[in-house]
Amino acid sequence: MGMNRALNRFAVLTTGCTFLLLIAGALVTGNDAADSVPDWPLAYHRIIPPLTGGIRFEFAHRAVAGVVATLTLVLAVWIARRERRRWVRNVGWTALGLVVAQALLGALRVLKGDPAVTATSHATLAQLFFVSLICLTVFTGEWWQSHQPVLRDAGSPSLRALALTTSVIIVIQTILGAGYRHGAFGIWPHLVGAGAVTAAVIVVARNARVRFGEVKSLRRSVIFVHAFFGLQIVLGGAAWWAVQAQQRAPQPLPLLVGITVAHVLGAALLLSASVVLTLRCYRLIPARREATEFSGRAKHSTEAAV
Amino acid sequence: MIRSKMLLVSGIALLLVLGGCSKKTEDEGTETKEATSSAPATPIDMSTVGDVSGKITLNGTAPTLKPINMSAEPYCSKAHPTPVTPQDVVVGSGGALQNVVVYVKDGLGDRTFDVPKDSVQLQQKGCMYEPHVVALMAGQTLQVVNADQTTHNIHPIPKDNREWNKSQPPGASPIEDTFARAEVSIPVKCNVHPWMKSYIAVFKQPYFVVTGADGSFDLKNLPPGTYTIEAWQEKYGTVDQQVTVGAKELKTVNLTFNAAASGD
Repeated sequence: MGMNRALNRFAVLTTGCTFLLLIAGALVTGNDAADSVPDWPLAYHRIIPPLTGGIRFEFAHRAVAGVVATLTLVLAVWIARRERRRWVRNVGWTALGLVVAQALLGALRVLKGDPAVTATSHATLAQLFFVSLICLTVFTGEWWQSHQPVLRDAGSPSLRALALTTSVIIVIQTILGAGYRHGAFGIWPHLVGAGAVTAAVIVVARNARVRFGEVKSLRRSVIFVHAFFGLQIVLGGAAWWAVQAQQRAPQPLPLLVGITVAHVLGAALLLSASVVLTLRCYRLIPARREATEFSGRAKHSTEAAV
Repeated sequence: MIRSKMLLVSGIALLLVLGGCSKKTEDEGTETKEATSSAPATPIDMSTVGDVSGKITLNGTAPTLKPINMSAEPYCSKAHPTPVTPQDVVVGSGGALQNVVVYVKDGLGDRTFDVPKDSVQLQQKGCMYEPHVVALMAGQTLQVVNADQTTHNIHPIPKDNREWNKSQPPGASPIEDTFARAEVSIPVKCNVHPWMKSYIAVFKQPYFVVTGADGSFDLKNLPPGTYTIEAWQEKYGTVDQQVTVGAKELKTVNLTFNAAASGD
């Protein structure tokens, strides 16, 4: 398989810009500025609104979103034209579909309010869109497209399944976190989710170390999952303190906004690390059925040769 | 192939937008219908009406509120040479509590009342709302004025009424709107300047008042009867008391909020 280095770099660029978009979006919520621009797609009936107060955050978010949407469109079309693997092309189109849906959810948030539903959905989809770009970055990258050893996983459940489950639990936890931030749920579901993530991360990391401790790519992924998980626990505690401390403040305070924004970004990084670990497991470890068929075929060919 | 995929993405997007727009139209239709279906006012014998007056006080120490930081908006900063504190709890001499909505909660039966023709004004001045709390009848016009040389957005967040969010640049004409249903009280925010908060209390009857600096109130022209008088304060919630008003009687009701009730 030939690797298109420019395409991969463009995927990395798009992912980087999307990370900036996550920052911009979290700043809007942190500064309570989501409703500072009541109209959409224009802002105060203009392309560039008066850049004052909360409008600066909301307009910056829209501007970066426009850049990211354009980059994603270019990326999807580029992949569609240059990529031989059909499933990668489909991931490209999925990313484009997600960014369009994300823009529409943003519009609904502005035009219809109801943050418990619209903002929670918008925040959740933001993470999923970011993950889709992480996937594209991995799929178009050198590691994925170069020759890799086939690993046999004798453990049960398989590391593939454990890694996938961990990623799904983290996605659910981001929904619970977004729901708490936007008033859809209380703190308890998010705390229970944190417990579930803790358990999942411990189990997947331990199994990865025990079964494939010598495999560098998996070991690295586990280190990233551990690092972002630890960071996220600290930021989660700090964010909780920030929310309590801010209750009597007349307006959002910069330090507290910073902590809650960092917590949102920590979630994106932890989810990304977990997804990369999952993808690497899928790349290196064949499914049980595939592994059986493979060894069966090998046995037959050995017998025939004999 | 690429074109068909892009058409599919655009189609889904269009459907979502149309779906969102159609629901908004339905909501607005329901609201208008409720606001216009008012029955004729029940006559009141003015020769027998009485008054309920009194004072609202706070028992305990009011919370110390941190000053507002308006440095993000130079215009607002210039408007206030000295620091401004939020108006969540404004206490005068003797614990007199300002910005409390006092109203008849119960006892008017099925009586209906005319909606006043004059509007109630909420002003944005020096990047603060004036007054901090307003009260009006369902269907009565709320007029929002921007006296500032900066842009504001006015965003009431009701539970039982229609939510709206409108921008108002400097020099723009006043925004006028109504609320169809009784609701105590609707928070109002300016998301451009997140320290700007206000409340709107909406009633189906005209017996309500917002306390001034001395915490006093006077509910005039009440028909004889037994009423529940309730007071609402944004931080402390509600307190109430029952009172019976005879013909031409002047009754006094003093209500006290407990400072510990806010949990601060």
